Formats: sequence, structure tokens, C-alpha cells
Amino acid sequence: MSGKPKLYYFDGRGKMESVRWLLAAAGVEFEEEFLETREQYEKLLQGGALLFQQVPMVEMDGMKMVQTRAILSYIAAKYNLYGKDLKERALIDMYVGGTDDLMGFILMFPFLSAEDKEKQRAFIVQKATSRYFPAYEKVLKDHGQDFLVGNSFSWADVHLLEAILMVEEKKSDVLSGFPQLQAFKGKISSMPTIKKFLEPGSQRKPVPDDKYVETVRRVLRMYYDIKAN
Amino acid sequence: MSGKPKLHYVNARGRMEPIRWLLAAAGVEFEESFLETKDDLKKLQTDGSLLFQQVPMVEIDGMKMVQTRAVLNYVAGKYNLYGKDLKERALIDMYVEGIIDLNELILSNIFQPADKKEEHFATVVDKATKRYFPVYEKVLKDHGQDFLVGNKLSRADVQLLETILMAEECKPDMLAKFPLLQSFKARISNIPNIKKFLQPGSQRKPPIQEKDIPRLMQIF
Repeated sequence: MSGKPKLYYFDGRGKMESVRWLLAAAGVEFEEEFLETREQYEKLLQGGALLFQQVPMVEMDGMKMVQTRAILSYIAAKYNLYGKDLKERALIDMYVGGTDDLMGFILMFPFLSAEDKEKQRAFIVQKATSRYFPAYEKVLKDHGQDFLVGNSFSWADVHLLEAILMVEEKKSDVLSGFPQLQAFKGKISSMPTIKKFLEPGSQRKPVPDDKYVETVRRVLRMYYDIKAN
Repeated sequence: MSGKPKLHYVNARGRMEPIRWLLAAAGVEFEESFLETKDDLKKLQTDGSLLFQQVPMVEIDGMKMVQTRAVLNYVAGKYNLYGKDLKERALIDMYVEGIIDLNELILSNIFQPADKKEEHFATVVDKATKRYFPVYEKVLKDHGQDFLVGNKLSRADVQLLETILMAEECKPDMLAKFPLLQSFKARISNIPNIKKFLQPGSQRKPPIQEKDIPRLMQIF
């Protein structure tokens, strides 16, 4: 039984945002159910919908998929965004691993104290500009193509654009040493499905705020402190 | 140009161990180059071998692969340990990601400060026995088959066995409430390639000891 994929998560970015990006890039319409109360979460738990008691969860193609990486890999493969063979997949997996690590530093950001936020911001920018962006800049420079892998639009391109925009939200001129990435950003952003996702009114979520943090803590009963890297 | 895969890491389990397991399970011989000093790491970083300046790195099939998941995905795909279609891959991926999460928890135990160790250990046991192991016990119970997915050995089985053994190193009776996982453990351990890997003299690494930590940390 198909129908549109249905995403179960908070009304915010978190770990689900990459899934929204990828579905949108693939031109796949999806529905969302936002967790707002503890009761909703417990209902999902009791119904056995969450394999490891965690969200994200995505109902698609008769499955209740959990684990963000599993979901993204499935979507990428289904919609031909995962390269044409094992070796292209290997490259995509490597590149996505890097952007995943980079976005992981940003994931915890809203949960940090004000002081730790400043530390983490500096950490994110430092890692982005000294470790991650140089790697992708070089990939693009070396082959001179528009897309990261196989001269063809893939999951790696979507994930990198997502990461670039997220880091720019922490420091708007962070791409200033990276001309290839600037051009990449412009090109990928103007692809029709991505352009649509970047417009107001799309299902893209805004930068997480205190309300989001409060909701997550309340629903998950996650009241412990989170430390910066 | 093939030849054996070559693994670049420290002489310890860490993030390379699942790769050793998977190659061994697939019957693939591999070589290892151990980082012993900070300079060894710097050398790899400056000669452009490490995409994100990090290890693990595995030289395989003309590539210098980094990112543990990418390497595991490639090895699994190449040696038919990744299911027969997209849906089996999806199940394998879900199971494997859960195993990776539990693995991370166990791995991080040894790095806890003395005053947090007991609490963290309790968390490991709690999560292992209430969140993760029940899932795999149920999977095996529901289909009654020998392997987690598709009635065939896959990376999910290999990675689950690895994590079960690591969990038991923490607490020997970790599987007390999980009879199917106990027989799973025996069964998968008996598969020839895996049995060989579990014997002394294989490339399997021992658990990290407290005394090794300073030496390893100064490399990174």
C-alpha cells in the first residue's frame, strides 16, 4: 500500500531535516505528523511503531522505517540518487559521511547553553573551513563537473547543499575561501525541486528555537544537559 | 589493480573493528598498517590519503576509502552481504544502525571519567537489554530463521555477533534473557570464516585496556 511517505518527528529540523531535503529533491510529496505531546510519543511506542523507541520514523512502501541513515539510503536508491554502481555509491557514502559529521556538530547547537553556543559556533566554523569544505572544494575542482559524483545529481549533492546552508546560518561568509562551493551552491539551489523547497511555504523547517528545544525535551523527557564538542 | 585491502588504523579495535569483522566474514584476506605515533597520522594527512584527515582508511580496489559506514557498505555490497533487493537492504540498514548505536555506547564506556563510569555502565546494560537486544530477539522469533534478514547471512548478522560479544565482555550474562540470541551467537560463531576469526592468532583485536588509552590518545 503506497501513498505518500509519512514522516513522524517534531515540528523542527533535527535528524529528520535531511530526509525532508532528499524527498523534496527527488520530487516526492510527503506528509508529516508532528510530535507535540508525550502522549503522542507513548502512543507510537505502545503501538510498536518505533523499532528502537526513537524517531525519526517514516512510513513508506509498507514499512515503518527508523534510523535516519537507513531511511536516506532507501530513498536515495529508490529515486536513483545513489550513483550507478558500487564505486559511485562508495564515493557518495564517503561524501555523505563527511557532511553528516559536520551537520552533527550543528544538531546539538540549540540545546547548548548560551556560553557553549559561542564555543560550538567557533568549532563548527573551524571544522567546516579546515576539514570539510576543503575536501569538497577539491573534489569539484579536480573533476570540474557540476555534481560531486558521476556527473549526475545525487544524494551527496543534496546533503552538501543542506550542510552549506546550515553552516552559513552560523557564519554568513563562511564560503568566502571556496569559489567552487559558491558556484555549486548556486547551481544546486536553482534546480527546480530544490528551488521549490527553498521557497517560503515549503516543508523545510526554520532554524531551531527555544520552543523546539522545549518540545523535544518534553516529549522525550530529555532533561539532561548537553555539552559542546 | 587489486591485491589485498590494506587497513590504516591504530593497533586497536576502535572504529576499524567492524571492518575487520566484515572482511573476515567475507573470507577476504587483508593487510594492516598500524599508526604508532602522531607523526604516522600526520604523514597520512599531509600526503592526501585521508579525505577528512581521519582514520579509519582502507585502501581497496584502487580507492582510499574513509568513513566506516562507507567502507562497510562497499564491502557488504561487493561480497553479497547486503541483501538481495532494496527492501532487504532497508531492513539490514535499520538493524545495523541500531547495532552501531549500541556499539558506540559500549565503546564510549572506557572513556568515561571515573565518577561517571558506574552510571554509564548502567546505561549500557539498560539500553542493551531493554532497547536493542529485545528487537533482535523478536526479529529472530517472528520469522524463526537462522539469519536476521532474508534467510541468508548478511552484514547484519556479522555486526550483531560482534556487538553481542562486546556486550558480554562488559557483562558476561548480558544475554541471559535472550535465548534466541544465545543460539544465534553460537550458530554465527560456528560459520567457518567467523570461527577462524574468533580463534587466537587472527586479526581480531583485543578489548581496549585503560592503560592503552594515553598511548592511543597521543596519536590522535
